[in-house]
Amino acid sequence: MHIPDGFINAGTSVGAGVVAAGGLGVAIKKTSEYMEDKQVPLAGLTSAFIFAVQMLNFPVAAGTSGHLLGGVLAAILVGPWAGVICIAVVLIVQALFADGGITALGLNILNMGLVTALGGYTLYLALRRILPKRKTSVIVAAGIAAGLSVVLSSIAFWAEFAIGGNVDINLSAVFGAMVGVHALIGIGEGLITAATIALVLSVRPDLVYGAADLPTNLQLRPQADPAGGLS
Amino acid sequence: MSNTRLFLLAGLMLALGLALFASPLASGSPDGLERVAEDKGFIDTATDHGLSDSPVADYAVRGVDDERISTGLSGVIGVLITFGVGLGLFGLMRMKRESKDAAATGEET
Repeated sequence: MHIPDGFINAGTSVGAGVVAAGGLGVAIKKTSEYMEDKQVPLAGLTSAFIFAVQMLNFPVAAGTSGHLLGGVLAAILVGPWAGVICIAVVLIVQALFADGGITALGLNILNMGLVTALGGYTLYLALRRILPKRKTSVIVAAGIAAGLSVVLSSIAFWAEFAIGGNVDINLSAVFGAMVGVHALIGIGEGLITAATIALVLSVRPDLVYGAADLPTNLQLRPQADPAGGLS
Repeated sequence: MSNTRLFLLAGLMLALGLALFASPLASGSPDGLERVAEDKGFIDTATDHGLSDSPVADYAVRGVDDERISTGLSGVIGVLITFGVGLGLFGLMRMKRESKDAAATGEET
């Protein structure tokens, strides 16, 4: 999903760069407002974990692979705005590995950071609203939102390609191909995201930003047992 | 060691383990975007990466000939850099909030 240099023309890349920089500015402001001490290392770990898992390309069809994007995973773990920053950090470090173009960095932050973390997290919240309030719902909503976020991200690429693609080809064919293959990759994204969230929920549910409303989390606060003094 | 520290250490170990041992086993096939670019005929519009001479370009550590070890090591390097950059950035944001809070308290008193 990393756009290399050259796919999208300079004007569109600069435009996406401006949007990405603006988005990151808001993300830094919002994150600065709520960041707690204990979330600092967790956010760093989220970035590092996503870097590792993005290396793990899984096969999706004959001769095609996909890998985790991680925007929804990061958003649920540390919050949508901090999640955007986590993905931006991953993408910037990946430039050292010559993965994802340098002029395309804004496009990639837009598609894999802003679209997945903010768009995907909005889907997650919508799903949480219609599902019962329990742990399983968090895991299911995380998986579905993560899967759909990959398709959203592929549509974002298509829109950029339609505006500033450096070659004149049939756009509807590119749309169909992008959405088709990324729907398959989205299944992997959903499974990895759901499994990771389930793992963290099983050991430290209090560290999951997107599950802060769960009753199990609220009970973690020290609470006087009303019957405690009687027995 | 607190529960949170243990969690973070285990998480970092998991990330490092995946990068070192699992990444060499990852599929080498083109990803979704590359596949579409090949099929629809715009893969050739890609230009060389500005950092293609980087010592860790294409997830291979220069000078390490064994492909699997080279990939795994590059993953470990990437995980550590990402963790460090993330800690630094989020730490700065935390400090920014702290100083803002301190300023706000100062005004009140």
